[in-house]
This record gives sequence, C-alpha cells and structure tokens, in this order.
Amino acid sequence: MPAKNYASTRFSGLEDINAGNVANLKLAWSFSTGVVRGHESAPIIANNTMYVITPYPNIVYALDLTQPGAPVKWKYESNPTSSSQGVACCDVVNRGLVYSDGKLFFNTLDNNTISLDAATGKELWKTKVGDINLGESITMAPLVVKGKVLVGNSGGEFGVRGWLTALNAADGKIAWRAYHTGPDADVLIGPNFHPYYQMDQGKDLGVSSWPSDAWKIGGGTMWGWISYDPEQNLIFYGTGNPGPWNPDQRPGDNKWTCGIFARDPDTGEARWFYQLSPHDLHDYDGINEQILVDLPINGQSRKVLLRPERNGYFYVMDRTNGQVLSANPFGYITSSKGVDLNTGRIIENEEKKPEVGKVVREICPAAPGAKDWQPSAFSPRTGLVYIPHQNLCMDVEGLEANYIAGTPYVGMNVRMYAGPGGNRGEFLAWDPVKNEKVWAVNENFPVWSGALVTAGDVVFYGTMDGWFKALDAKSGMLLWQFKCGSGIIGQPVSYRGPDGKQYVAILAGVGGWSGAIVAGGLDPRDSTAALGFVGAMTDLPDHTTRGGMLYVFALP
Amino acid sequence: MSLRFLKAIHRLRRIFICVICVICVLLATGCSSHKAEPIAVASAQPFTRPPGVLRVCADPNNLPFSNQSGEGFENKLAELLAQDLGERVEYTWWAQRRGFFRNTLKAGVCDLVIGVPSGFEMALTTRPYYRSTYVFLSRKDRHLDVKSFDDPSLRKLRIGVQIIGDDQSNAPPAHALTRRHIIDNVKGFTLYGDYSQHDPPARIVDAVTKGDIDLAIVWGPLAGYFAKQSHVPLEIVPVAPQIDQPFLPFVFDISMGVRRGDQEFRDRVDQFLEQRRGEIDRILADYHVPRAEGGSGV
Repeated sequence: MPAKNYASTRFSGLEDINAGNVANLKLAWSFSTGVVRGHESAPIIANNTMYVITPYPNIVYALDLTQPGAPVKWKYESNPTSSSQGVACCDVVNRGLVYSDGKLFFNTLDNNTISLDAATGKELWKTKVGDINLGESITMAPLVVKGKVLVGNSGGEFGVRGWLTALNAADGKIAWRAYHTGPDADVLIGPNFHPYYQMDQGKDLGVSSWPSDAWKIGGGTMWGWISYDPEQNLIFYGTGNPGPWNPDQRPGDNKWTCGIFARDPDTGEARWFYQLSPHDLHDYDGINEQILVDLPINGQSRKVLLRPERNGYFYVMDRTNGQVLSANPFGYITSSKGVDLNTGRIIENEEKKPEVGKVVREICPAAPGAKDWQPSAFSPRTGLVYIPHQNLCMDVEGLEANYIAGTPYVGMNVRMYAGPGGNRGEFLAWDPVKNEKVWAVNENFPVWSGALVTAGDVVFYGTMDGWFKALDAKSGMLLWQFKCGSGIIGQPVSYRGPDGKQYVAILAGVGGWSGAIVAGGLDPRDSTAALGFVGAMTDLPDHTTRGGMLYVFALP
Repeated sequence: MSLRFLKAIHRLRRIFICVICVICVLLATGCSSHKAEPIAVASAQPFTRPPGVLRVCADPNNLPFSNQSGEGFENKLAELLAQDLGERVEYTWWAQRRGFFRNTLKAGVCDLVIGVPSGFEMALTTRPYYRSTYVFLSRKDRHLDVKSFDDPSLRKLRIGVQIIGDDQSNAPPAHALTRRHIIDNVKGFTLYGDYSQHDPPARIVDAVTKGDIDLAIVWGPLAGYFAKQSHVPLEIVPVAPQIDQPFLPFVFDISMGVRRGDQEFRDRVDQFLEQRRGEIDRILADYHVPRAEGGSGV
C-alpha cells in the first residue's frame, strides 16, 4: 500500500542505504509512463514486481524486477470514459494502487474500482461506484482491510454528496456505503457512535447542522488517506469541505464535513467523529493522512493518531475515543486563533472570514492549507514526523464577471502567494511529544510530494522543480540530491530487490493542483486560474516541464 | 489537432462525449489535465483563422444557448454570422464549465464564443448585443406577484436558486437571499446538474413546473425559453433591484468573445452585430430572451 503499512508511517525498515553512504546513491534504472499529467502515486512492490499506476488515463504497468532494466511484464489500460473530462469535476491525478493477496486494487477517474490479477494483469472485476455526469470522480488510493476495498469520492464543488464505500475484495460487490452528510442511517451512525466532544453529539446532525436540505448537495467527499488499527478494528479517515454553498449560505456546523471518522471496517458503523473545521470558511478539506502510533504523552503511553492538518495545526489525538490531546500550529496561521481543547472547537478569526463584496487579505493558510494531500512519514527511531507542506496565504478580493453554462455572475478572485519568509514550501521535522519543530528546510515551491523515512535514518522527498532529495533524518542536513526530468509530486518508496539490494523509487511528473500551470499549460497571466493557485506559481514553468517518469536508485 | 465531436445516440437524451482534452480544476484536490497540444501560452504566435470556416466554441447540451443539433439561439447567431462572412460553421463542443475557455478559445481550436459577459477577462469581447436580467419565475396559477428581493413573501416561499460552487463565488440570487437571511426555505440546484440529461441547468425550471418549488430565480434567457416550452403557464418578472448591495448586479450585458489579440476578427464581428442588428434581435425574440432596460445594445 502507498502508506507502507496500516499505521501509515511510511517508515522503511531497510538500512543498507544510510546517512553515511546515501551520498553515493546512483540511478539504477528509469521508466517513462508515457503520460504527462501530475503523477502523485507511489510505486508498489510485491512478488519481485513493481506496479505503477498513472494519472488519467489510469494505465497500470507491471515491471519485472528480476530482469535487468525491469522490463514491462504486462500493461493494463483502464480506458476511463473520457467524458470524465470537462463534464465532471475533476482532478486527473491518481494517488495509487494497492496490492493484497495476489491482487491489485485501484480507482479510475471515471468512478470505477478495479481488481486485477497481479501476476497476469487480467481484470478480475470492475465496479462502478459513482456517476461522472453528476460531477463525481475518484482520485484516491484505496485501502484493503479484512477483505474489503475502501473507496471514497471527489467532486465536492459540484454538489456531490461525499461517501466512503466498502467493496468485497473477492467479487467487487458493494458491502456498505457511509455518506458524510444526511440522516444518521445514511452516515451509518448507530448506538455505538460515541464522539468525544459535545459539538459532535446528537441525532441526525448531518441534517440539522445544515439549512433545510442543503446537505443533499453538501460535499464532504473523501479523496485522501485511510489508516487502520487492527487491535481496535477501526479505520480512520477524514472528510472534505462543505460545498458548493458559500459559508453564509450554509449556517451551522455542516456535519460531517472537515472531520475525522473512526469506523468499524466490517460494517462501516461509525464509532467516533471529530470535526476539525466546523462550518469551514476556507476550503480546508480534512482529508490528510493519520499516522497511528503509541507515544508517551505526559509520561503516559497513549494510542494516538497524528495528523498535520490542512488548517495548520498538528493534531495529536487519542485514537480510542477521538479526544484532542494537543493541536499546535506547524504552519503560519491567521485564519484561526487556536483550538479549544475543552470543547474541541477551532477558534475562527472573524476578521478573516470571506464575504461577498468584501476584500479580505492575508488569509493564512491559503485554500490548499498548510498541508494538502501529500503524506508525512514517521520514524520510530527518531520519534519525528516528517511533513512536506506549503507556506501560502491568500487574498480574497475583487469582483469579476464570470460565466458558467450560459449563466453570468460576479465572482471573487482568490490570489495566493508565499507566506512569511517568502518560501512557498517547507519540509519539516516535528516532534509530536514535545510538540515542536525540530528542524525545517525551506523550499522555493510548495513541497507537494510525499515523504519516506528509513531505518538508515534518511528521509526522502521531492520538489516541484524536480530535485529528489535525501536528508539526514536527525539533523535535516542535505546528504544527496538528484535532478529529475520533471517536478516531483509523487510518493517515494524503498524496497529490497530480488538481488538483495535496497532501492529507492519515485515517480516524477509535475502537476496536481499546485502544478496545474505546467501540466495543464495554464496561462501564467491568468493569476486566478486553478482557483488562485496559478498566481502563486507563475515561475514554475521556468523551472520544470511536464512528463511522467519513474526513477529507481541504489548504491553502486 | 483533433477536434472531436459529440454524438447523440438519441437526441437530447443520452450523450456520450468522446475523447477530448480537459483542464479541470477541482476545488479540493485541484488538478489539471490536459491531453493535446496546442497549449495557450504567453508566447503564442499571432493567430490566423483558417479560410472559409467560422470555428465556434460551444456547449453541446445547453439550450436555449446551444446544442449539438443546432437548436439554440447561439447556433442561429453563428449561422447568421457565418453567412455574413461567407463561411461555414464548424463547432468545437465542450461543456461550458471551468476550463471551457482554456480548452477551446485559448487553446486555439476554435475562434469565437457566441455569448460571454461584456468585458469578460478570458476573451476579447465585442460590443454588447443584448442585455438581460435575472428573473423571478413561477407558475401563473400561483399569482405570486413577487417583484423584488425585498418582498416579504420570499421568507415563506420555497425558492430555488442555482449553485455554482466556484471558490467564494456563487450565482447572485443566492447571495441576495442570504444577505436578507433567507436561507432555510432556499433549495439549491447545481448549475452543472446531471450531464446525462438534456440541458442540465433547466432542471430548476422543471421544479417550478412540477410545483417542487414555488419560485425560481434564474438567468433570463434560460427562464424565457423554457417558460415558453412549458405545458404549465409560467410567469417571468425581472428581479429588482437591478444592482443589490454591496455590489451585486443582476443585469448583464452579453457580447461575443474572440481570443485576446484577435482585434481584427473582433472588429469584423462588431461590424456584423451592428449591420444585422434587426435579424439578431428577431432571433433573440424568437427564443423569448428577456431584454433588460437601459441596455446599450449595439
């Protein structure tokens, strides 16, 4: 699985490549995916084979690691309906496939979940789980837990109603679906649902925390990460922002958007929920990863869930009950003033609330948050969480005539720019026990790639201008770097090859929301394109070009 | 460059779109996709239109504006312009949503968009050729007589508005109601709708006809056309005020749009708009486009 394990630590126990020798790392082989959009997925290694999934059109390659140069063993073309494009919302990235028990599982942009025979690439089943004509799509990597494939949808801005769905790994039949808005019965909330905070308790809050039936098109999609704790038999995942209504059109907490669910994977039944951003004002989807570890908190070992959140706080939560043990800023925040640990509620800064006809400057973090989908890593050796993230603020200003489907309206401009320091990205090491930043590396562009940390005490990540970097996990010192052909927004992995050597692999291929200016060939003069992100990235085309390529490194 | 076209299996019913490139940017996940060249970039060469062809960028499924069967008023205007230019019309079909301008006009695969707000930033616009307004739409047999956003009955009626979902933006009626704290009795219809159905933005009109809502507040041309088609008599009243506080216009001038830099072609289209104004007005009248007062026209 992309996150390495159910606890989502992205920690590799391999130590052949270590802080002392990583400087000698050399390119072993490479592979072009033939696709030029943003490559966000992680290569998956099983049975001496490496599996790679591309962004739309979602091609899967199996590369034979036993042969020199890892030739293609088989290729599977999922041929997503191309009406997905333009008609539906969406992101065309794919965040990865998953291997389980001789089979591969992945999602396509046009809402199919597919299972393949990992040995042959033969399609075992294909289940349509959403409707592209309604604006739904899927970009997330599924997780397989106890014979169930867990899948969530994207498309909140199109009035999609968010859900998480479990399919039987054996035959692709839908076992359960939990919605993230609406009546308790739809959300799979029953007698065993015990949220820690009062704000999340009550009957049918998925209806009553919205005006009339606004929940029916309320968003709360799920396009991020799921973790699993076998001991408690609980899965944990977050929900997207409420939409497509503007905040003042949806008074209320807008449950169950922008929060974390704990559920029983067998039945989907909800056990607890915590709302990170009730009544979200700034598009802070709560879909980031959750790292499950046991840590000494105030001298006592606690089963915690670690979550560097889009709203800029690093949450340490008790994963048995959803209590927030601490929530400290790891990024620059003006949009809120902290998290009240008694009520669990974030304290919004009213001055930064966007309103029609009002210019609001310096909302930090900007809409992509202090950290978006890009997953962090945790090393049990250093006890640190390695967080790739961005440092962006935004102004919501001006009024411009806009036009959709024949209908004119006046829109608001969102303009994003670098936060304090002028660097748009940062790679930081965070101590979740002491709740402090240990070291940080400034990056010119947002760090939109995932992180990997190894038992050799090396941490890997990539930059949007194409540098794949290895740092000392303890000090943050740069030990090695390699310039890839395109910017990196993928997820690094490490594995032991059939020859017994340790390898590190990364997909390059710039794109995603942050890299849309390059992958989509957007006009740098159109600063509000990509929802304002282009304005913060106008120089990216000077630093990189598009193109999907896999790079695999080893010591000589 | 491959232009690929929609094929309708059953007219206005099942629509399949074939492979075209797209940029779509999702609020939350963000992204961009893009299939084919050319890319519109700052260094693009001055563009020359191919001879004999009027290349129009249009939505294949959005009456009364356009559809792939040529039944919209924008289709008729395109034909009229082509006739004026001595050319034939060729369409690039693309759902008119986020990414529409980037993937059509700005990508250089077509040269004209028939309807855009005057002064629209993503195109070089002609002089306005009509001005319309948002309207209150209701069944005649209800005798609602709503004329203004300040009508107290708006607090009780079931009101439909269209939701756009662009970051921090929405259709002006939604804002006007919210500002008056009219929220609970408002039902949202996504402007995007279900694209497998015909003319997805028109579902809000169906809801009025069926009585699911009492009142819809929609853009005039949509209301005018579908009200005429309706088997139930419908009432159309322009909203007031025309500009609400703090600065929320309900009346828009509509122009044609060409690529920025395509001055010469724009001037030629302006000439057409002026010279054939009578015919243009007749087409708009045929489609019952509500015309707002004070329009500059051509």
